[in-house]
Amino acid sequence: MVSSSEITDLDAAELGRRLGAGEVSSVEATRAYLDRIEAEDGAVGAYLHVDGEAALERAAAVDAARAAGEELGPLAGLPVALKDVFVTEGVPTTSGSRILEGWRPPYDATVTRRLKDAGTVLLGKTNMDEFAMGSSTENSAYRVTRNPWDLSRIPGGSSGGSSAAVAGGLAPWALGTDTGGSIRQPAAVTGLVGHKPTYGSVSRYGLIAFSSSLDQAGPMARTVLDAAVLHEAIGGHDPRDSTSIDAPLPPLAECARRGAAGDLSGLRVGVVRELGGEGHTTGYEEGVLARFAEAVQLIEGMGAEVREISCPSFDLALAAYYLIAPSEASSNLARFEGMRFGIRVSDDGRHDLDEVMALTRAQGFGPEVKRRIILGTYALSAGYYDAYYGQAQKVRTLITRDFTTAFDDVDVLISPTTPSVAFPLGSRVDDPLAMYAADLCTLPASLAGLPATSVPCGLSEGLPVGLQIMAPALADDRCYSLAAAVEAALDSARGHRLLDELPTRAAAAGGPA
Amino acid sequence: MTATPDRLVEFDEVLTRYEPVIGLETHVELGTASKMFCGCSTTFGADPNTQTCPVCLGLPGSLPVANAAAIEHTIRIGLALGCRIATWSRFARKNYFYPDIPKGFQTSQYDEPLCTAGHLDVEVDGQTYRVEIERVHLEEDTGKNLHVGGATGRIHGADYSLVDFNRAGIPLVEIVTRPIPGAGAKAPEVARAYVTELREIVQALGASDVRMEQGSLRCDVNTSLAPIGSLEWGTRTETKNVNSLRSVERSVRYEMRRQAAVLDDGGRVLQETRHFHEDTGSTSPGRSKEEATDYRYFPEPDLVPLAPDAEWVEKLATDLPELPAARRTRLMEEWGLSATEMAWLVNADALGLVAGTVAAGASPADARKWWLGELARRANDAGVELTQLAVTPAQVAELAALIDAGTINDQLARQALDGVLAGEGGPKQVVEARGLAVMGESDELVAAVEAAIAGAPDVVEKVRGGKVQALGALVGAVMKTTRGKADAATVKRMLEERVVGS
Repeated sequence: MVSSSEITDLDAAELGRRLGAGEVSSVEATRAYLDRIEAEDGAVGAYLHVDGEAALERAAAVDAARAAGEELGPLAGLPVALKDVFVTEGVPTTSGSRILEGWRPPYDATVTRRLKDAGTVLLGKTNMDEFAMGSSTENSAYRVTRNPWDLSRIPGGSSGGSSAAVAGGLAPWALGTDTGGSIRQPAAVTGLVGHKPTYGSVSRYGLIAFSSSLDQAGPMARTVLDAAVLHEAIGGHDPRDSTSIDAPLPPLAECARRGAAGDLSGLRVGVVRELGGEGHTTGYEEGVLARFAEAVQLIEGMGAEVREISCPSFDLALAAYYLIAPSEASSNLARFEGMRFGIRVSDDGRHDLDEVMALTRAQGFGPEVKRRIILGTYALSAGYYDAYYGQAQKVRTLITRDFTTAFDDVDVLISPTTPSVAFPLGSRVDDPLAMYAADLCTLPASLAGLPATSVPCGLSEGLPVGLQIMAPALADDRCYSLAAAVEAALDSARGHRLLDELPTRAAAAGGPA
Repeated sequence: MTATPDRLVEFDEVLTRYEPVIGLETHVELGTASKMFCGCSTTFGADPNTQTCPVCLGLPGSLPVANAAAIEHTIRIGLALGCRIATWSRFARKNYFYPDIPKGFQTSQYDEPLCTAGHLDVEVDGQTYRVEIERVHLEEDTGKNLHVGGATGRIHGADYSLVDFNRAGIPLVEIVTRPIPGAGAKAPEVARAYVTELREIVQALGASDVRMEQGSLRCDVNTSLAPIGSLEWGTRTETKNVNSLRSVERSVRYEMRRQAAVLDDGGRVLQETRHFHEDTGSTSPGRSKEEATDYRYFPEPDLVPLAPDAEWVEKLATDLPELPAARRTRLMEEWGLSATEMAWLVNADALGLVAGTVAAGASPADARKWWLGELARRANDAGVELTQLAVTPAQVAELAALIDAGTINDQLARQALDGVLAGEGGPKQVVEARGLAVMGESDELVAAVEAAIAGAPDVVEKVRGGKVQALGALVGAVMKTTRGKADAATVKRMLEERVVGS
């Protein structure tokens, strides 16, 4: 018998091994997490919905199957948390929005289904910025989520519930989604590994759309290996998503394991000048740049050939993104009009159809969602389309070309994941542009549809800093192997995992130990 | 809302001052087994909302996957209309709010349609008119609204509204003509001939059942008038709810007469959608397009672009079936018809029926005689289309064969047809069940013949005196006593044997 806190401190790979060896049962593991959620989520605010009974039932079923000698997969019995953007049959799904309050979907997202089929146990649905629009999770219609490293700070966003849950020991791992950085940025500011897969390599079916041409689901985990394993479980072709790529995934977990050996000789690494390099440091915190510079040295020291690469179009990424994503969102969110699901406002016989739709949307959507719907509606309007949406698509092409050119010379590109460490709650809510700047480094890979990982590379002011690794389309394995090398080198240099420092740091910051 | 009746100018008078330009947008629901972007069934008439899934209900998170069969049908329609087939084509979102479009946008095509620049030649009164086709594109149908309560069936005044999403997501091909000038007085008929011909083509391709009354073929008819000699075209109206071939023609005729009156009064024709009313043959204003809706079209990011392979398109072109125009030319030859006779068949919507009847063994003359004569009359009396009569071409061929075999005569055949239309079975079955077979030289007939001779000694005298045609009166008498069941030729021969030959 192991103690609860010991279980929740384990990474998923180790917990999985113990489950397989019968050293711990799925019910024990699930109960350990539910106990911690019960005790601590009031302060952290990671979850929007937890159904302990259902989770324990499912865990018991896995234990029974194991006891009966059934052949089970490596993920069987492992608890998992899902960002509330994933549709889950019969389980409330809100996308962080009031407008979907009370909706219980009649179907499962493909990734939900794949995790079920793998025998995982759903702990609950995690908080997020409404419709994944935001970088702090403060745009959730339901609750504030706090960073376990410092409860007065943001957990990142939009997958901030997932990052807070995994970093805070309230889930061993979780799924997030990334449209402009919503996996990588929260992973970076909570000391996690987060990976945005190549666009089209993980099914979007059942993922409530924010921006269809950018949205990708991906893993958020405590280790590179865990992230790779979770990615393998959800990835691969899905005939229900016409943008899904019909090609097998590279062997990600294997690359993560091999990468940890740390031999980077022959690897060509490009440091993107436009993302925190010379002449492009405005808005970047010194501590973040320092940790990044150390990571570059570390990588070089492991035998990689490092050079600076210029990608001039990246300077335009933020502007292009804030036209393309809102444009698609303005259309994707049109189905939320109160007719078939979610809330309906003022259907009292005194308001006509148009009024009911308008009032439902007025009350159902928060200010940031409205801001983006208005931006996108404007950008797609007759007479403005070419100047805004059309122009942004051209920038997108230029950014893709910059990547293509860069990848002629290097195997991967690196940068800080986000310009700052976790900022204080409330500090940017009234300044959308400052909030948008949190995605500065993550947007280029999003716009080009490329895979990118954020892996911890130390602390600044006691808070985690992330290193971003970007690779060519379908070369997600390169992200994982380099991330694993960095992770292994840093863990061994410090003698423990970065996350092991969280309890003392959190106590110092005034949170629960 | 009672509108004052429109003032109308006499049709012939319209043409003394104005030149009409028409244009047609035709929607064809494809006959694919499944919907455009999901696997739901497309069967017509199922219970409301039983043929739906997360995709066609537009539930959050659902994604479309394009139906390959629908794309193939669209390209074949394009090929049959002589269109250029795009090598690169995309779906686009047409954004607007209405409860019958579940996603808040309709997935359609905008500036990158599958087919462009085709044409269709139609014939009216021996003259050929070329209708240029601007584009053929693929989209999804909307759900169906049912407004309950209120007098008009429209949303205004209704107590509540219901939406049936069975139709939502059924593949819809839109065929858009370029403006058709120069038809003058024939504009209404050209419009009708175009839709008729288009329907024949789609039917020949097997792409749809094209039933206007079920809405699987729907027409929006644009009409405008310009003063004769004017360089600019007038403002057009778009008439919707045009649900039959006849209505296509009537709606153009009505709009020409109405717009002429507006223009005569120095008024301005409003660019608007108008609804056609079958009962009165008139149109009434719908929503105004003066403040044009901005649909904010943009390429559908959930679907990958279409890039039809040139070889595949070539093969589709080679494999097209015989098209209606070629078929008509061939049948005219085979059946020995004039162009006018063929036009009658086409106008009566009887070509397919006659061809089917000939294929089932009847002579072309018999087939035409039945469909254009007796059956056309009955359809007309019942106020239905010829194709809606409850009799198949095979049954008509069977009827003709019974006559040829002498089993029944024309008069009995009409009685047999009564039975067939009443659902009593096929002609043979009805003839048997109703005892309609022609009388042979039975005792009954001999008795009737002899009674006729005995009853008219004066006529017998006349015949014997050389006035052979007087025999007709005797034949008539026999037919009367046998209530039409006797074969007139047999009766005549029997009478001759007895009156002349003895």
